[in-house]
Amino acid sequence: MFQNLSERLESAFKNLKGESRINDLNIANTVKDIRRALIDADVNFKIAKEFTDKVKDKAVGEKVINAISPGQLMVKIVQDELTELMGGTEAAFNVTGNPAVILIAGLQGSGKTTFTGKLASYLKTKKGKSPLVVAADIYRPAAIDQLTVLAEQVGVDIYSERENKDAVAIALNAIKEAKTKNKNVVIIDTAGRLAVDEVMMKEVADIKAAVNPTEILFVVDSMTGQDAVNTAKAFNDRLDFSGVVLTKLDGDTRGGAALSIKYTVNKPIKFVSSGEKLDTLDVFYPERMAQRILGMGDITTLVEKA
Amino acid sequence: QKTKEGFLSKITKAIAGKSTVDDEVLDQLEEALVGADVGIDTTLAIIERIEKRVKQDKYVNTTELNQLLQQEIQDMLVEAPDFSYKDFEIPEGKKPYVILVVGVNGVGKTTTIGKLAHNYKKAGKEVILGAADTFRAAAVDQLTIWSERVGVPIVKQAMGSDPSAVAFDTVKSAVARDADVVIIDTAGRLHNKLHLMDELGKIKRVIQKVIPDAPHEVMLVLDGSTGQNALEQARQFTATTEVTALSITKLDGTAKGGVVLAIANQFKIPVKYIGVGEKIDDLIIFNKHEFVDSLFRITDK
Ligand SMILES: Nc1nc2c(ncn2[C@@H]2O[C@H](COP(=O)(O)OP(=O)(O)OP(=O)(O)O)[C@@H](O)[C@H]2O)c(=O)[nH]1
Ligand SMILES: Nc1nc2c(ncn2[C@@H]2O[C@H](COP(=O)(O)OP(=O)(O)OP(=O)(O)O)[C@@H](O)[C@H]2O)c(=O)[nH]1
Ligand SMILES: [Mg+2]
Ligand SMILES: [Mg+2]
Repeated sequence: MFQNLSERLESAFKNLKGESRINDLNIANTVKDIRRALIDADVNFKIAKEFTDKVKDKAVGEKVINAISPGQLMVKIVQDELTELMGGTEAAFNVTGNPAVILIAGLQGSGKTTFTGKLASYLKTKKGKSPLVVAADIYRPAAIDQLTVLAEQVGVDIYSERENKDAVAIALNAIKEAKTKNKNVVIIDTAGRLAVDEVMMKEVADIKAAVNPTEILFVVDSMTGQDAVNTAKAFNDRLDFSGVVLTKLDGDTRGGAALSIKYTVNKPIKFVSSGEKLDTLDVFYPERMAQRILGMGDITTLVEKA
Repeated sequence: QKTKEGFLSKITKAIAGKSTVDDEVLDQLEEALVGADVGIDTTLAIIERIEKRVKQDKYVNTTELNQLLQQEIQDMLVEAPDFSYKDFEIPEGKKPYVILVVGVNGVGKTTTIGKLAHNYKKAGKEVILGAADTFRAAAVDQLTIWSERVGVPIVKQAMGSDPSAVAFDTVKSAVARDADVVIIDTAGRLHNKLHLMDELGKIKRVIQKVIPDAPHEVMLVLDGSTGQNALEQARQFTATTEVTALSITKLDGTAKGGVVLAIANQFKIPVKYIGVGEKIDDLIIFNKHEFVDSLFRITDK
């Protein structure tokens, strides 16, 4: 429905041709359209409101010039703001330390175990590291088998203890093992957990306290709806994570959750996962994400055409 | 048991002190609905109908609004056709009853199958599972563990083998054993991947070689925390496999799941089960009256 937000904005601005400046009145409907586009993309409704208010403030007072249509001008403002919000400071991914410890956490089925495999592959082939992946999910049926298969595919070692029901102990033992085996990165895959599950949230906080990670990554499904805000906040409150991993971007979701999360906890999106195969790990491009959320294809060329 | 406030309890509270429905109440209603993933279109449709009623009847008080709203929402949720799902009985003359379970990655298909098998078994049915996810790492192992937990047989082949062949074997074996229920697990697939969607069509056709009117049920599993993309999932899976029932999982985590309203309304597919946890007993037969009731429920914290 919002495939052609830009077209709709253009037509909304047609009747603005005679006016010389954008003002509160002649922009009201457009702001509403943009807000709806954001909500339709799963941006949290409160954030969508704050965001469009800000965009409106930016736009009001702008001259309506003939060279570029007001609709396009508006789109440009929205996109720039979105990009800035999504981007922020470029945060590096820290794998220093001996070993560097990376803790992976998130909701059930978000893609943690798959990402653990992908990250191990990335660190091994692109960064020349020698990773050890750790199966600290003691709950899900065949969780250890799953990570074992992935580790085999990547060609890295795995640490697991089938009989141990203490995830904290497993994580600590894994780090010992890494030291004796000269592994310089330890990636700890944890069980999926709900933010409202106090016992499970405590477990992952305990793992953090015990292993003192270099990086804590919150893995989130890009198809998540309005609840993304609460989930991200709850995980951040407990873990103060260092970055976000956005998964399943090979789907056709707009991925507004990304904006909500960035806005709420202000942590950088460090990786993007877009496929089930182990080589589908990407760095994050704020501009592309902004365009995707708005569902408008390539805006830059659109504006250049004008 | 985790209890939480239904997403519409906020509106119930907000209007408690008011005597009539005004713009502010409607604004709050919009917020509550949108905030629960109901989606803009569906939300506006609901509000429009309520506005109409308010105009027509002049004085609609907030108690009536609550009732109106409950009615609107109930109307959106379609009733299950043929036979109502009150228990784990299978319809007459459909033995073995074949259920094909589909959905995008990680929504809870395999877990739901484990819970379903448990319930059918409890109801005295002979159940057989088919491990037609031969793709995801350790998917067969995962379903095998569930089959052991429940105590039902599983048909499987090596990882990487043809999922249709597994489905075929499973149904054949069910007929040979005179089983009551067959549940076939499939690999998670994103609905925009055409070749993977085609594969589902093939699985279906192969099943039909054994039992022409099977699968009797194509169950689309949706993650309750998914946003508007769930609509697209429903659209694409329905187009390929004629989905007959929905299961909504992970509703223990969120008081939302409002996208279900839009889906049930738009595609006329009944919600059959909801998943409320990772344990074997965490599956509930969906009851729309209770569901709507729960949306408005205020729980003391
Ligand atoms: N299409 C696609 N599928 C993905 C991606 N990442 C993970 N998956 C799939 O999503 C499903 C769940 O992934 P897992 O890695 O098992 O998720 P998890 O978070 O470890 O799950 P739990 O341990 O059960 O909480 C699997 O089918 C994966 O193959 C992705 O970027 N794209
Ligand atoms: N909290 C909660 N977790 C659930 C529920 N249903 C499934 N899960 C969890 O979600 C994760 C994914 O479940 P699976 O059954 O593996 O999902 P799937 O759809 O088979 O995944 P793929 O085969 O990889 O596409 C697991 O960690 C499950 O334990 C539920 O109702 N509530
Ligand atoms: Mg996992
Ligand atoms: Mg599965």
